Amino acid sequence: MRNIIVYGPGCAKCKETERRVRHVIEASGVEATITKAVDFAEIAKAGVLATPAVGIDGIIKLSGRVPNEDEIKSWITER
Amino acid sequence: MASVEDVRMLKTKARFEIDETTAQSAQLPGSKWLFVPGGIVAIAAWYLVYRQLASLTDWLAFSLFGLNKSTHLGSAVQFLLFETPKVMMLLVLVVFGVGMIRSFFTPQRTRAILAGKRESAGNIVAALLGVVTPFCSCSAVPLFIGFVTTGVPLGVTFSFLISAPMVNEVALVLLFGLFGWRIAAIYAGTGLLIAVIAGWVIGRLKMERFVEPWVYATELDNSEAVGQELDWSERIRFGREAVRDIVGKVWLYVIAGIAVGAGIHGYVPENFMASIMGKGAWWSVPLAVLIGVPMYSNAAGIIPIVQALLGKGAALGTVLAFMMSVIGLSLPETIILRKSFGCRLSRYLSESLRLES
Repeated sequence: MRNIIVYGPGCAKCKETERRVRHVIEASGVEATITKAVDFAEIAKAGVLATPAVGIDGIIKLSGRVPNEDEIKSWITER
Repeated sequence: MASVEDVRMLKTKARFEIDETTAQSAQLPGSKWLFVPGGIVAIAAWYLVYRQLASLTDWLAFSLFGLNKSTHLGSAVQFLLFETPKVMMLLVLVVFGVGMIRSFFTPQRTRAILAGKRESAGNIVAALLGVVTPFCSCSAVPLFIGFVTTGVPLGVTFSFLISAPMVNEVALVLLFGLFGWRIAAIYAGTGLLIAVIAGWVIGRLKMERFVEPWVYATELDNSEAVGQELDWSERIRFGREAVRDIVGKVWLYVIAGIAVGAGIHGYVPENFMASIMGKGAWWSVPLAVLIGVPMYSNAAGIIPIVQALLGKGAALGTVLAFMMSVIGLSLPETIILRKSFGCRLSRYLSESLRLES
């Protein structure tokens, strides 16, 4: 069970990031919870300086750009 | 009269040199090492096409379509045909180059450089870093919190936040391409100076008390920086993505801007603008800013208009003020910033952006 958080207040890039993450999760069948952090305080607290950002199991995997689906896939399959 | 001017303008344009150090083309082979010869070939091809644009579009407009150079329609069509591919080519090249440069500067690295910097020197470094660090307007708030809670002084943080949208690198290089290095330098210099001064003033005034309390109360988890080293093929991918992203977003504005510019170029009489936006009238600068703010669009769309206005005798200062207000002051950004700065401080921020004119 992976815990995925997409950080982003709701700009177009953030929405696209969330869409891709959901898409990859659905396609891969990996069990995961996906939450979206939209609150600025929460985003800053996680140490994210540039949105969109993606955190998996408490580790920020990427910040400041939209990940492509292959990247997302590699994060959720690695242990 | 118009035709003489056209010829003169075309001659100046034909002499433009491109900064080849940033030159990389958007179409590069996928293979990891082919990009070196591929890049050189692409730059050469780009340059050749760019050099031939003027004569090609002259031929299209005046020989193929049979338009007369001295008519309104003729000079408007020629302007449209020449400027559109020229601006698009410059844009692709510049955005690609900047995308690659930006892959070297992450907000984390910038913060590490700025943390513990003192005022003044810190303000200058922050303003410079603001130009090359990638961040979009929706990141402004987390960035702000992340900076001030890790010991970057408030004034220094503001220098960074102000210079980032104001000195737009796309605008900078387009200005360089269309008007020459002097105007590009004025644009960059003014923007940086305003950012440095505004940040310094905010630091002096001890504005910390206006920051909403929860900002400083935020405790960072202080997780690792996200910074894996990138290799060159990844940086090229960054450049390509930047092109797809930015050019995909602005091409419509560019064409609209050039169309308006073409209309001005062909139909507005010489020196008409001089009477409205010329040096003489004191109110021309505030008026230009006022018109510019709601027109929030982007550098790429506004520069062709600016170029056409200048050609009709508008004063440079007024036009630059107009352009910077269009790029720097956006309503949505102000609203987002409002949330964490409180009303007072966000008003100072937009005032300081307005002051640049």
